[in-house]
Amino acid sequence: MSTNRNPLRGALTTSITATLLAFSLPAMATPDPSDWQSVVAEAEGQTVYWNAWGGDTRTNRYIDWVAGQMQAQYGVDVEHVKLDDTGSAVARVLGEKQAGNDNDGSIDVIWINGENFAAMRESDLLFGPFAESLPNFALTNATENPEVVTDFTLPTEGYESPWGKAQITFYYDSAQTEIPPQDMPALLNWAEANPGQFSYPRIPDFTGSTFLKQALIELTEQDEALYQPVSKGDFEAVTAPLWAYLDALHPHLWRSGRTFPDSGPNLSTLMSDGELSLGFSFYPTDAAVAVMEYELPESVRSYVLKGGTLGNVHFVAIPYNSPHKAGAMVLADFLLSPQAQAQKQSLAMWGDRSVLDIEQLNSDDQALFQQGDRHPSELPADALSNTLPEPHPSWMTALQEAWLERYGVN
Amino acid sequence: MLRLAPAMIIALLVLPVGAGLMMVILPAFGYLPALGGHGISLTPWHMLFAQPGLGRSVAVSFASGLVSTAIALMMVVLFLAASRGTWLDRGIRRLVSPLLAVPHAAVAFGFAFLIAPSGLVARLVSPSLTGWERPPDALIVNDPWGVSLMAGLVLKEVPFLLLMSLAALPQLAPEKCLMLARSLGYAPTVAWLKTVLPSLYPLIRLPVYAVIAYATSVVDMAMILGPTLPPTLSVSILSWFNDPDISRRFMASAAAVLQLGVTLAALLSWWLLEQLTRLLARNWLTNGSRQQGEIMLRRVGRSALLMSSTTALAALVGLGLFSVAGFWRFPELLPQMLTLDHWQRSGPMLVTPLLNTALIGLISTTLATALVLATLENEHRQHLQPKRALWLLYLPLLVPQIAFLFGLIVAAESLSIRPQLSLVIAGHLLFVLPYVYLSLAEAYRRLDPRWLQVARSLGVSRHAAFWRVRLPLLLAPLLTAFAVGLAISIGQYLPTQLLGAGRVTTVTTEAVALAAGSNRRLIGVWALMQAVLPLIGFMLALAIPRLLSAQRREFAT
Amino acid sequence: MNACCTERLWLDQIQIALTGRELLAVDATIAPGEVLTVMGPSGSGKSTLLAYIAGFLDPAFTASGGVWLGERDLLNLPAEERGIGLLFQDPLLFPHLSVEGNVCFGLPRRIKNKRQQVTNALEQVGLAGFEERDPATLSGGQKARVALMRLLLSKPQAVLMDEPFSKLDTALRQEMRSLVFSQLRDAGLPALLVTHDHADANAAGGQVIALG
Repeated sequence: MSTNRNPLRGALTTSITATLLAFSLPAMATPDPSDWQSVVAEAEGQTVYWNAWGGDTRTNRYIDWVAGQMQAQYGVDVEHVKLDDTGSAVARVLGEKQAGNDNDGSIDVIWINGENFAAMRESDLLFGPFAESLPNFALTNATENPEVVTDFTLPTEGYESPWGKAQITFYYDSAQTEIPPQDMPALLNWAEANPGQFSYPRIPDFTGSTFLKQALIELTEQDEALYQPVSKGDFEAVTAPLWAYLDALHPHLWRSGRTFPDSGPNLSTLMSDGELSLGFSFYPTDAAVAVMEYELPESVRSYVLKGGTLGNVHFVAIPYNSPHKAGAMVLADFLLSPQAQAQKQSLAMWGDRSVLDIEQLNSDDQALFQQGDRHPSELPADALSNTLPEPHPSWMTALQEAWLERYGVN
Repeated sequence: MLRLAPAMIIALLVLPVGAGLMMVILPAFGYLPALGGHGISLTPWHMLFAQPGLGRSVAVSFASGLVSTAIALMMVVLFLAASRGTWLDRGIRRLVSPLLAVPHAAVAFGFAFLIAPSGLVARLVSPSLTGWERPPDALIVNDPWGVSLMAGLVLKEVPFLLLMSLAALPQLAPEKCLMLARSLGYAPTVAWLKTVLPSLYPLIRLPVYAVIAYATSVVDMAMILGPTLPPTLSVSILSWFNDPDISRRFMASAAAVLQLGVTLAALLSWWLLEQLTRLLARNWLTNGSRQQGEIMLRRVGRSALLMSSTTALAALVGLGLFSVAGFWRFPELLPQMLTLDHWQRSGPMLVTPLLNTALIGLISTTLATALVLATLENEHRQHLQPKRALWLLYLPLLVPQIAFLFGLIVAAESLSIRPQLSLVIAGHLLFVLPYVYLSLAEAYRRLDPRWLQVARSLGVSRHAAFWRVRLPLLLAPLLTAFAVGLAISIGQYLPTQLLGAGRVTTVTTEAVALAAGSNRRLIGVWALMQAVLPLIGFMLALAIPRLLSAQRREFAT
Repeated sequence: MNACCTERLWLDQIQIALTGRELLAVDATIAPGEVLTVMGPSGSGKSTLLAYIAGFLDPAFTASGGVWLGERDLLNLPAEERGIGLLFQDPLLFPHLSVEGNVCFGLPRRIKNKRQQVTNALEQVGLAGFEERDPATLSGGQKARVALMRLLLSKPQAVLMDEPFSKLDTALRQEMRSLVFSQLRDAGLPALLVTHDHADANAAGGQVIALG
């Protein structure tokens, strides 16, 4: 990480701005994203607090790289506020709004999607529309790629800017397992045959909740209902097969389902310890990166389920009371630049797929995305074609609550 | 000016705790206009009691506080009784402050690495003794009844209680009591228990209460070692406060009040146990039994504390090992290769948190030390007797953090004080100050008054005598108190996280944030940094006075 | 150290009581160069008397009576302005200062050739060349002599001694007694000695008050 970002200066600026913040009430006019030059000019010298889940070291590493670039290219100081739960940032903005803090909030950019985006939109906690005015937004070719303007079935309407693409990807140790399970019923059989060697993150973890949705989509007969807001009457009927499945699955899980891993990345740690033999992640390249970083053995292979797996786009949004909206927009725009997107996709950095329409880029920018040979533990390029769309965000919350109700006390 | 010091300390400690509690109690009953609660209602309580697993959460919190404290206290007492003058005694005495310095979270991480089914202990005996080629599928860390949490707590409570006891012992002249008892035919361990312990316990009672309060409401350690389905009450409260659903804030407030109740109930239970023990012990103290149980007591006393100290050390070694580990498959005892990759990768990210940690620790500890010195000097000049209002000093240690910190933020927010570095420093001061006081007061009061009388009779004013005589003479305890303060500050998770809105990052908040990703190698790096910082403080505290006296002695021939 | 400017120390009907119980009553005048010995068993309040005169009395005690140095009323002055030097049974050399630092500690702030004075003083008690030594490396007798010189160089106008010889062994005790008393006599200082050792009283040679 050879950036010319000066950490000492960063820390001092943090301290000094933090001290001054209490006494200054910036009442500046909201920057207008259509006048991009003035946005960039206003952004210079701002400190942008980017609240992003901090449980993944590769993401953290990438954000640190971004911070260095933002300082060098725009004179914007980006501070990563590491969250252990994105919900807490939503709660903070909501708390600030209730307390009447409408223009000096503590969060400038938030990494978000799905139910948290829905919740923030519902309470009018987001600044916008801004995303579609960002200069680099055009590179996503949104008309051809509607997923960059749709978040869990909801249109984003410019209130969040696409950042990356994720899709549930399974991985296993080919030295121990010859043929991994290809669908949910097979997974149950596999777990029965290999007790204690599979698990999913504890709800309400994001990756864990996604596993529930993945299972639900495969198991329920009423797929259409999932793309509408959840209704009380439906819920029982739609989810009944899921609970029956989990009731059968849990006794064969790691620790007999009496406890669950904390998060997605925890699955690979447990696999590294030899406790699990089958794991999954939101990032198709995760297993490959973990092998490169000595966490997993080289015999690990990635795959997606036969019927496809859930995929979604993740975004960045700006709270309505951010005092540094110009800096925040410049950051969101930089994240969409071919340079930043290519870095993000590289295995050495993070391995998160790009939201840009790479084929539409000029050849120089396309070259940025060339990465040489595929890593053997990485998912084959064509495997990701079968992406299942995310259900309506209300299902996530409803599933989480129902899960905790059923399995929250062991 | 000086006369204001005690009032300032009390105000500094009591007001925030009081305001924080108030801002939690009101919303617990539905009233908090800032969050849209305008009437009084019991809805938050109904919601709280409908939460699945609440009973278990409360039970685990309550039990882990009492059980871990009881075990730790027993270990310390038996150790002191059984090991005086042995090599073990000298070794442990040297170890106690470094162990005290290591933050809870670091110990918890290291301990988890040790006892997990794929941890170091299992690797040590596998597959040779166990035949395990894969880690056993056993629920050890995060067990539903919090046994591993309690064990982790014991590891941290033992050095604290030991240090407090060692500080209190000299004023009891234990050697004389022992000599007398032994001349009457009592075996050494029994003699200590019968003659020294009864007068020692009242002196360490307040620290014991602080330990109980802490253990019933600990957050960071419970997140790492504690049960998950459901978690302890404190961890549940944290997640409810962080929920995007605003109605949960009211429920979380009710839960915070419940937490206060659980802690108070634990303290009350302990007090009842004290009374019971006193009643039962009255006969034992004077029944004339001189030898009974000596051998067993001695064995337990020597081995239990040795074991806990070794475990804590091994936990740190484990952290170090993971921080340089390449691929490391079960059941290999050592990694296949060692690499500095994890350190190099973390290097640039360590800088800001390290600077923040140092800044917050130094400022809050300096403020705390100055206030404590002012209070003690005032007490000395006014010839005041300590004790009155003293317990107020310990309020921040007795009221669970989780019960008032969220309220404190609401209070600050309504005064338009935004989360920021200075708020974090003020928050740390709440917890640093009592510990600095606890570590310094005894030495301060015990300093022979004749030193200052001589100085003043030589024409030096009170003020000058304080700087030129008292401070230099108290250099060693002063530096130790400073190191304790630093260690406390470095270990703070919740106040840093909440009062800084996550913006003010320290090695502790970063380590706990990383825990979510559970990359053991990186956790190893961060937890080790977390442990090393306060250790440096303690080493300096030990080295500086020695260095100075060595310098003086150079001239002596 | 000239005797010309010293004055008598007058203890004017001093009474000290603790929680209503009278501890002691003293009424005496000490002439320059004279040593008044106060004798009594432990608990008789000897040290309390010294604390009262020097200005360190714990407010738990109630005391009445005057302390006069010549025409000056000492009771209204803070301890450091009373000009009363103290010698305890421990030499109480500051461990963070060298021998020279200890002696300088008592010297008035603005005087010339401090170093020379210290050298002379140390020579006078047979400790020439000890300036840079750490007090912890001195013998008991050496420490006592440094403490004495520290006291004298601070130019006190009266001296109070609280069993100053009780921790020295017999041979050393004799030597120190004669050194201390001769120095005090030469300096012409009124001195109050508190002890329970009759030999001290005899060596002091002045009037003796028995308490208790």
